[in-house]
Amino acid sequence: MTALRDWIEGGDLSSASVEAFLAAHAFPLVEGRQVTFVFHGRARHVFLQHWIQALPQQQSLVRVPRTDLWYLTLDLPRNSRIEYKLGVDAGGGHAQLIRDPLNDQLAHDPFGANSVVHTEGYAVPDWTQPDEHARPGTLELRAVPSRAFGGDREIEVYLPARYRPRRRYPLLVVHDGDDFLRFADLKTVLDNLIHRLEIAPLVCALTTSPDRLVEYANDERHASFVVDDLVPYMETGFSIRSQPASRGLLGASFGAVASLSTAWHNPGVFHRMCLLSGSFLFTDIGEHEGGPTFDPVVEFVNAFRKAPGLPARQLFQSCGVYEPMITANRSMLPVFQSTGMRVRFVEARDGHNWQNWRDRLREGLSWLFPGPLWMVYE
Amino acid sequence: MRDLHGATTVLLGPQRNAPTVGAALARLGLGGGPVAAVTAGWEEREAEDLELGEHLERPVVNLGLHERAEEVFQHDPGLYEALREHRERLRELERLYRLRLRYLAPAAEELLRREGPEDLMGPERQAAFAQLRDLDEHHLGRVWALEEELREGQRLATRADLEGHRRDLASQVAEARALLIAGGHVGVLYNHLRLFDLLDLVPPTLPILAWSAGAMVLAEKIVLFHDAPPQGRGWAEVFGPGLGLCRGVVLLPHASHRLELDDPVRVQMLAQRFPDSLCVALDEESELVWDGHAWTGSAVTRRLGPRGTLEPVGTVPGSVR
Repeated sequence: MTALRDWIEGGDLSSASVEAFLAAHAFPLVEGRQVTFVFHGRARHVFLQHWIQALPQQQSLVRVPRTDLWYLTLDLPRNSRIEYKLGVDAGGGHAQLIRDPLNDQLAHDPFGANSVVHTEGYAVPDWTQPDEHARPGTLELRAVPSRAFGGDREIEVYLPARYRPRRRYPLLVVHDGDDFLRFADLKTVLDNLIHRLEIAPLVCALTTSPDRLVEYANDERHASFVVDDLVPYMETGFSIRSQPASRGLLGASFGAVASLSTAWHNPGVFHRMCLLSGSFLFTDIGEHEGGPTFDPVVEFVNAFRKAPGLPARQLFQSCGVYEPMITANRSMLPVFQSTGMRVRFVEARDGHNWQNWRDRLREGLSWLFPGPLWMVYE
Repeated sequence: MRDLHGATTVLLGPQRNAPTVGAALARLGLGGGPVAAVTAGWEEREAEDLELGEHLERPVVNLGLHERAEEVFQHDPGLYEALREHRERLRELERLYRLRLRYLAPAAEELLRREGPEDLMGPERQAAFAQLRDLDEHHLGRVWALEEELREGQRLATRADLEGHRRDLASQVAEARALLIAGGHVGVLYNHLRLFDLLDLVPPTLPILAWSAGAMVLAEKIVLFHDAPPQGRGWAEVFGPGLGLCRGVVLLPHASHRLELDDPVRVQMLAQRFPDSLCVALDEESELVWDGHAWTGSAVTRRLGPRGTLEPVGTVPGSVR
């Protein structure tokens, strides 16, 4: 907090001086490992709300005497990405969670948006940003007749740029496809990684569940939908390679549970899996603390841990070290490895959020579906 | 193999965003008339050469090597199977090459980065690069031997199907003002050019203009490279022999994107590994011309220097077979 301390020690704490200090810096202040969160405004209490596992998730800011300036300094490792809000009690005894007014960096998710700060060493990967040189793929809305669920299920299909019916493509089934598109920039990422030849041109079936907490929690209807409805539909309607080695499943959080469950119930159908921050809660003894929503998940993960079989051949698994699921994911790693799958496990200094999952896509997909990077020079 | 003394060879950088092949062709003063083109590196998109024709503003006769090869394989499943087995053996050989490369290359880089008295470090560095060069040469020799074994075993030079296509190709090339070889998949391009022995069919004085992978295949050896692939560190690899038309050059298309050119050690890694060759960064708008006597680079064309800097190519006496 060098900059803030220097300013306070300067002695001029007038309103004009506060305004000048705020105008002269970007917030939060990131100085080496020290990140200082700052709030300016009248309040009775201000606190930082974040989701870093192992730190108190609400921490009070301190007021600079004789000012409306509040601050809190945390020691955070390099390469960290932190999503947060500020809790502000303006005097009524009730705190409201707001985005940091001094920080316009936002991370969006299905529930809205959080403020976000990066510590030194982290930069938003350039391959997540639109590239004018990358030929864009296309998205098509399709209705898949589903015997498993009854009626049609809407999906979006990503076709790579220069899709040619004469050529056969790998198939990647994406859970929470709509959220991956909106919050993890999946289309931009695919366009860029294919353009850069880092992943093979592939076709994606982007599925979205109307009731994901039920259907993704080891619901056999979902596994049947993917294997018996979706895959045949894709192989009939698009130019897809029909070998298991060319099929993959991608999911984050409950979507990762759905991916693993689908593969486990149908070994040999998908050879590749990308499981991001899987909600792999399990119990060795006693009750779990995930609430009723997690009951079927825990039942599934416990069963999987007892008899994992060989759900796929190659698995990319990742988890943020700041999220509650890190321990469960680390515990699953030896189980995955024991199956004989080729497993790559990556941890990131990030939380349970979409930008974490976006940032893992390059490493995961380029390992599962490597592109012709070494061979093509256009 | 054809003798190109007297013929012009123009090697260009990537053409997609800033095409320069039209201007390069115009500078040769060949007058109107068709040019022959090889776009086999585009694989199943081989025939999609409309943009090329529009850019050149002259007829383009696509030699259709990819399609011809597909046709040959359809009629001759024995040959297809032999080639498939050959490619599998090459892949295994490549795995063995990488097994050794992944130890030798990091050691050489570490020695370049480590500080120490030159009398101590110099000989170690030289020995490390000598080992790398030996490995490259060994691999090159093994790949060449396998190729020759295939060619002799399958009588590729005299096989009837191929002979028919060669006659057809020779007549198409004979009417062209120049031969263009586009980039794309360097392995596919090389294999198709070798399958039909296209360079043997090209009149000795016919200019050749080639870009990206098209340029790479004309060199004596094809070097694959990327400093920052998504999985780990990238170590340049010798893919195998090229067509050997352009001697003493290692061609590096998209160098600015694929190589860490602002890191002197990474630049040295390539320049010192191939010290007898001109390592040329073939970026957009780059142009390297063989005029029968020497290589001349355009003003923006740079070479990778042994001290880790990028230098203008200028004019370098060299050789073209």
